[in-house]
Amino acid sequence: MSDPKRLVILGAGTGGTLAANRLRKQFPPWELAIDIVDEDDDHVYQPGLLFVPFGLAAPDEIVRSRGAQLHDGITFHLNRVARVDVDANRVELGDGATLEYDVLLVATGAVLQPDETDGLLGDAWMDSVFTFYDMDGATALHDALENFTEGRLVVNVVDMPIKCPVAPLEFAFLADWYFTERGVRDAITITYVTPLDGAFTKPVASNALGSLLEDKHIEVVTEFNTGEIDNENKALVGYDGTEVPFDLAVIVPLHGGAPYVAESGDLGDELGFVPTDNATMQSMVRPNIFVLGDAADVPTSKAGSVTHFEGEVLVDNIASFLDGKPLEASYDGHANCFIETGFSKALLIDFNYETEPLPGHYPSRFGLPLLKESRINHLGKLMFQSFYWHGLLPGRDIPGIGADMPERGKATVDN
Amino acid sequence: MTIARLAGVDVQLNDEGFFVDPDQWTPEMVPQLAEEWGVPGPLTDQHWEVLNFMRKEYFEKGTGPTVRKLGKSADVSVGVKELYQLFPDGPAKLAARCAGIPKPKGCI
Repeated sequence: MSDPKRLVILGAGTGGTLAANRLRKQFPPWELAIDIVDEDDDHVYQPGLLFVPFGLAAPDEIVRSRGAQLHDGITFHLNRVARVDVDANRVELGDGATLEYDVLLVATGAVLQPDETDGLLGDAWMDSVFTFYDMDGATALHDALENFTEGRLVVNVVDMPIKCPVAPLEFAFLADWYFTERGVRDAITITYVTPLDGAFTKPVASNALGSLLEDKHIEVVTEFNTGEIDNENKALVGYDGTEVPFDLAVIVPLHGGAPYVAESGDLGDELGFVPTDNATMQSMVRPNIFVLGDAADVPTSKAGSVTHFEGEVLVDNIASFLDGKPLEASYDGHANCFIETGFSKALLIDFNYETEPLPGHYPSRFGLPLLKESRINHLGKLMFQSFYWHGLLPGRDIPGIGADMPERGKATVDN
Repeated sequence: MTIARLAGVDVQLNDEGFFVDPDQWTPEMVPQLAEEWGVPGPLTDQHWEVLNFMRKEYFEKGTGPTVRKLGKSADVSVGVKELYQLFPDGPAKLAARCAGIPKPKGCI
């Protein structure tokens, strides 16, 4: 019998874990050896970070062991990736060890790069300037919000791409609810500052949801490119010189690929994301390198649902590649997400590369309402965490929820 | 939607002045577009680097590059601050109009 083929997966987050578990079920160990590398053992349920600042989730409720999410027969290496030699088919680890591969899966996600914005890590950082995009920031922001009773709250996306692009908007909605509940909303202004030309940029969503911000008295500053945080005067300073003053700033820092990508020849683009075929999830770098989730440069959102739907396609294509067959599975850009709007309500949106978020119901006519605030969507968002740990990561299929975007149940819109 | 006559060709523009069909764009239209939208002249090689990279990205990725990606690209020799000198209202707005591509969009 020949030696097993070797699959090395970089990153044991949403994508790496679900791909490892699905491929482990599909291939016996004597056909495929699976090694997975991550630098820590903390698997964070990232959608939960939004709730931590408002006391709606505790840090220990949204973190589990990475290793414990992996099926038997998968070797977990607790180690940093130093670089990938794409010509030698070899991964070099932080402690000097190496892993040879026949197929490599890059699933190391996106990292925050607050150091790339002048002044962001200045004296005001973690004092009046925070992020909720990591656990330390989300936890510290919880204390800051508790003590915030008056002044200007500014929520700023520095530039795209970011993980979960609607999360900053959800933060503004939840802040409106949180301050209202505490009876201090009238003494606080909330301003959402975005580099895009609106909080909602797609026509149908914009029509359906445009009044939400007005109803909640959230001001919007558009086309603002943050160049610097002025720590002394407490203001965002745009590259064009305009300023947005704040008392408390919640910043979504710039994102890039994992640091080893830049050390790995032509593996990544300018931002450290890996050029990837939109449909097959095969990298453009080498045919035996595949990419899943936030690490890929595909033109859809960096979000867990995307990783989930991409994952089903990717697993089929890795299996075909190992068998020497053409890659036939095709990802359509399908994404969906619950958007918390505060006061125990949420929206649901569903879209793909070609189709913008439309009204109707998901996944069929009798499903959850789309593009419309409802309590059932809020419950859906809360219940999703359980599905994440027990369904999505172990690689279980759910009837009716597939990789392809469903069209039944949706309104049709002529663009 | 409006029709503008650029370099002798009728071109469809949306209400904000962005090209409806990026394939209608030709380099000969740029001087007129630049003047129309207030890009300080004369147009330099650096302006053209930006415009060419924006089109390349648009056709490869389906969306124009962000300001940050422009600043980091090896195809563009200036950083973000200089981009604002070349295109004072912001590259995404001004340069996208001159390059004949739509503005970057979010997911919703």
